[in-house]
Amino acid sequence: MSSSNTLSNPHWTGARSETSFHADGRKGNNVIILYAFTAAALLVSFIADMRKTIRGLEIALKRFLRIGPAFLTMLVLVSIALFVFPEETIARSLTSGSIWLATGIGTLIGSIAVMPGFIAFPLGSVLRNSGAPYMVVSGFTTTLMMVGILTFPMEKKYFGVRLALLRNLLAFLTALAVAFATGLYFGETGF
Amino acid sequence: MKNSKMPIFLAMSVIYAGFLLYSSIYGFEPGQQMWGNFRDFSLQMLKMMPCIFILIGLFDVWVKKETVERHLGTDSGPLSYLWAVLLAGTTVGGIYVALPVASALYSKGAGTGVILVYVSASAICRIPMTLFEASFLGWEFTMVRFAVSIPLVVLVSVLLGRYLDRKGWVMPDEQE
Repeated sequence: MSSSNTLSNPHWTGARSETSFHADGRKGNNVIILYAFTAAALLVSFIADMRKTIRGLEIALKRFLRIGPAFLTMLVLVSIALFVFPEETIARSLTSGSIWLATGIGTLIGSIAVMPGFIAFPLGSVLRNSGAPYMVVSGFTTTLMMVGILTFPMEKKYFGVRLALLRNLLAFLTALAVAFATGLYFGETGF
Repeated sequence: MKNSKMPIFLAMSVIYAGFLLYSSIYGFEPGQQMWGNFRDFSLQMLKMMPCIFILIGLFDVWVKKETVERHLGTDSGPLSYLWAVLLAGTTVGGIYVALPVASALYSKGAGTGVILVYVSASAICRIPMTLFEASFLGWEFTMVRFAVSIPLVVLVSVLLGRYLDRKGWVMPDEQE
């Protein structure tokens, strides 16, 4: 029952269109600042020492090419995962059932999914409005940020398989602790 | 990427591209949606990547190894973890940006624990992302998350870094 409510909830569609408008502006600003900063740094560097700057650009290219395939793999996995877990599915599974079960599901989905903050947090606020407790939202957004199953191909290139596994596992446990603390703080655990 | 893995990677890429092409010609819905996701996400990341890698390259040629070692090295004390968290706060993008930066720092002599703190902290306390979070979920929610997650992340990363150092761990990139 609550699931169909979620989808027809006016909050849902309202929040979505409003947020994407905000998000684009903010995101665009960040990118402009980043480009301006990079351009300024390059210019100063060029004036100071042209040869050094060219070597720096070579290093940049070399590092980028080395990670290229892993990066592409991640993009492919993300494109498939976004199709398999659309926002509606996520919302439905986080707003029904017991708080513990929903938190568990939330952390699992958060670990698999990759989504930028400007989608994740509006989604979190929609979840809140559709009745998801803070603990569930916290578990979902924190694992989303810290645990990356889809970014694993890239992470293992830098850290090696064992450290990448270990880091993600520890991050998952940390996220559970954060979710639990959030639940305690907002008095949702029933203790 | 190891040469032995290159054919597998190429084969997968061709299959994926073929699937997308098939979907777009014959109007197969899931494939078209995947292409949309792939395009949106790629564009969003790729427009930042050139900047990130150029800045990493400039960092590499301009910043002295001794400087990084002194402030972020294994023997530079607890303050180095604070620097890592602050640096993480100014990071843009996600782990796909934090990892190359961490790798550049590591090759300049930053300690294992420090780069682990940096990578984990950049996931949870990037400033633009935090402002965004607070505006949607409320400051109370964000403050609770910060108060619990940052100390935990620093503690876990420092302990993990010590453990790895004892084991003689070296970042894979550096072995080439």
